[in-house]
Amino acid sequence: MADNNTNKPEKQGNVADPSRRRFVKNSGIAVGGVAGGALLGGLFTSQFGKKDDKKSSTGDGKKSEKRYEEARMFFTRFADFAILEQATERIFPEDKNGPGAIGLGVPYFIDKQLAGPYGNNVKDYRQGPFTNGNGTAADSSLNRGEIIINGLRKMSDESMKRFDAKFDDATEDQQTEILTDFEADKVQLKGISSKAFFKLLRTLTLEGAYCDPLYGGNRDMEGWKMKEYPGSIASYANMIEEKEFIKMDQISLTDYQPK
Amino acid sequence: MVKTLPKTDVVVVGSGWAGGIAAAELSKKGYKVVGLERGKAQVREDFIGSKDELRYDSRKVMFQDLSKETLTIRNTTDEVASPNRSNDTNAINGTDTGGSGVHWNGMVYRWLPTDFEMLSKTVEKYGKDIIPKDMTVQDWGIKYDALEPYYDKFEKATGISGEPDPLRPGQRSSDYPTPPQKETEIIRTFTKAAKDLGYHPYRIASANLSEAYTNPDGETVNGCVYCAFCEAFGCDFGAKADPIATVLATASKTGNYELRNNAYAVRVVHENGKATGIKYVDTETGEEFIQPADLVVVSGFVFSNTRLMLLSGIGQPYNPKDGTGVMGKNLTAHQRNLTHTRVRGFFDDKKFNRYAGTGALGSTMDDFNVEQLDHTKLDFLHGFCLRTSQRGDRPISNNHVPDGTPSWGPEFKEKSLFYANRRIDIQQQNGALPWRENYMDLDPTYTDVFGDPLLRVTSKFHDQDRNIVKYAHQKAKGLLEQMGADYITVPEINEDTEFDKTSLSDHTGGGVIMGENPETSAVNNYSQVWDMDNLFVVGASSFPHLGSSNPTATVGALAYRATEGMIKYLENGGGQLIQDGKEVAATKK
Repeated sequence: MADNNTNKPEKQGNVADPSRRRFVKNSGIAVGGVAGGALLGGLFTSQFGKKDDKKSSTGDGKKSEKRYEEARMFFTRFADFAILEQATERIFPEDKNGPGAIGLGVPYFIDKQLAGPYGNNVKDYRQGPFTNGNGTAADSSLNRGEIIINGLRKMSDESMKRFDAKFDDATEDQQTEILTDFEADKVQLKGISSKAFFKLLRTLTLEGAYCDPLYGGNRDMEGWKMKEYPGSIASYANMIEEKEFIKMDQISLTDYQPK
Repeated sequence: MVKTLPKTDVVVVGSGWAGGIAAAELSKKGYKVVGLERGKAQVREDFIGSKDELRYDSRKVMFQDLSKETLTIRNTTDEVASPNRSNDTNAINGTDTGGSGVHWNGMVYRWLPTDFEMLSKTVEKYGKDIIPKDMTVQDWGIKYDALEPYYDKFEKATGISGEPDPLRPGQRSSDYPTPPQKETEIIRTFTKAAKDLGYHPYRIASANLSEAYTNPDGETVNGCVYCAFCEAFGCDFGAKADPIATVLATASKTGNYELRNNAYAVRVVHENGKATGIKYVDTETGEEFIQPADLVVVSGFVFSNTRLMLLSGIGQPYNPKDGTGVMGKNLTAHQRNLTHTRVRGFFDDKKFNRYAGTGALGSTMDDFNVEQLDHTKLDFLHGFCLRTSQRGDRPISNNHVPDGTPSWGPEFKEKSLFYANRRIDIQQQNGALPWRENYMDLDPTYTDVFGDPLLRVTSKFHDQDRNIVKYAHQKAKGLLEQMGADYITVPEINEDTEFDKTSLSDHTGGGVIMGENPETSAVNNYSQVWDMDNLFVVGASSFPHLGSSNPTATVGALAYRATEGMIKYLENGGGQLIQDGKEVAATKK
């Protein structure tokens, strides 16, 4: 079974569970120095692999297919991705309305975006001289992928400095404190202001929460459901005049586009 | 090596509304027209199934490829300008076949009679002392009545859906070709509040049509289904009048129009005071070509038109210090961080179907427009329209929350979800008047992909610009109070509100402006260059200022007027069409 041989330290479907996440983190720290990837993977999968295997995070109890598209194509270090997961979850947290960033697949959405043309600024004007540090993310000589990596690592550095814990091991309040300071431009980053980094991170998080699911975010259209946004509806001609609010079922481009 | 191609009657730079109208009218008359479009080819099929907010609205794929060329921006002449690097800072103008005319929202307004005589009407009414120092407001060299038939022609070519503005009776030669679009609860709520306050609301005229329409050239635009993907999108249903569905189709049918895509115009070639053609680069091969023509039409966006004139050494560049020269003068915009800001009302107990709509589905009013206001009691000139529109809120770009709510985290999520459909926005569009040091020239540092200098924008806000918006916001707030909004957010406009990279919008004008004489303007009221009879520069670049509503109808009207001038020029063998302030039958020099 692929599940038993994977080096993936986490199984999908359960990542929002903070107690489990903390255990995984701590185990990683404890055994990382002596154990290779395969052993690490075996340890985690043997303990956690079976229970939530193949369960979706939609909360509706239905089983969904394994998400083969959820692997990293941009982030090389899981440590960076783990910071991204927690940071996006703080920006758009799970609540009574429904899933947060992790449950919506936002970190994987961001990973895919940064691997592609957007992360590499291919449609942007890139001739120097640049005015790093006093503009938007696009004004930096760093591309968006580099900005996100640098920013996430700086967040973890700050967390170590302040709380003696990596960002993703810090408490939610501690994580929020750091993000707040980044947003308020109180942290020095190389090549960009922390404010501009935060703005890019926030924008990417909302994009991942509400994009068409084809991009790997808005998993199972849960973002749209929370917002009562119907998606790709061919026509509203028959209801546009209605006085009362009409709640509609969601349709994604998978079902809308001609095939 | 530059390859010179066989000569054609007319070469047209750009395939948006201005270039498309010129192409249609000239090719119908039998002239051979070559169109040069820097963007790729696109047809209606490209828009089918395109309801993808991330791709079109966030990543702006229908907008100019800035990796090839952009603008630089600064506030004052003693600053170093820096490039506008990304469309996610602020997407400005479109690219590909049909230009910005494809992704537009479709709001259609005629500008007011006062607009075209802005200087003389203001002086006549209030005396010249009311005009602030350094405001370079001027008349357009044409009056509304003379332009009215061309507005009418544009509306008939596009099938516009609308109803008359009750505050401007008798100023239309015919009704809109199709009735207004359907009425929504948001429109009913706005209309009631406006009427309760004694205002005169009417439906925004729309290029998203209420019913299928066939224009005089036989082109059909379908009836709109309110699917909510207009701005930044091509229409999925062929129900938005755009150049592809209308004027470009007409031009193609004649067999006289050849559109070359990926053809990046880099110079107007000229000799002895006559334009001889356009030099362009085929961006698929890197080859350079010269397309010779008897008549040259430059009809791109404001920035392309202005930059082509400056790069080609046509006309005297404008000097902001002493006001001499004309090319690059009177840059104005409905700035996104000022004019385009909205007053938002949040309702705890009312829920609207905000996800549905069209780009121009709404209601508007002229009660505070330039002709209704008494400026002796105000700290600004011109005026504004107020309106609400139901474009269909898409979820990435609409996360509005009442003041005092954080912009992320638990409270943000809760409230942005709760108010997603419990909101009405009021927007104003105000007249944007020109200033002496708001202009364009060539940047000394940054270059495009071909090595040519970028266009440099120098612009600063003045008290006038901020005061009119602050006043409009208060009137908008009054409307939302009348509607019973529980929370109202009014954008803060203060001295720190300044022109920056988020300011410029698709509503930008100036650079190659029209006027009464060659001393104060670059083109006459046919958009014919004063200094070069066989060169016409058409589009929003000819606006001496921006009126108090969306500019496309005025671009269309001026393009029909310009094309009539081109035909006169070609039929009569050349010459200036306007001499000593009067229209003359063109004669060969």
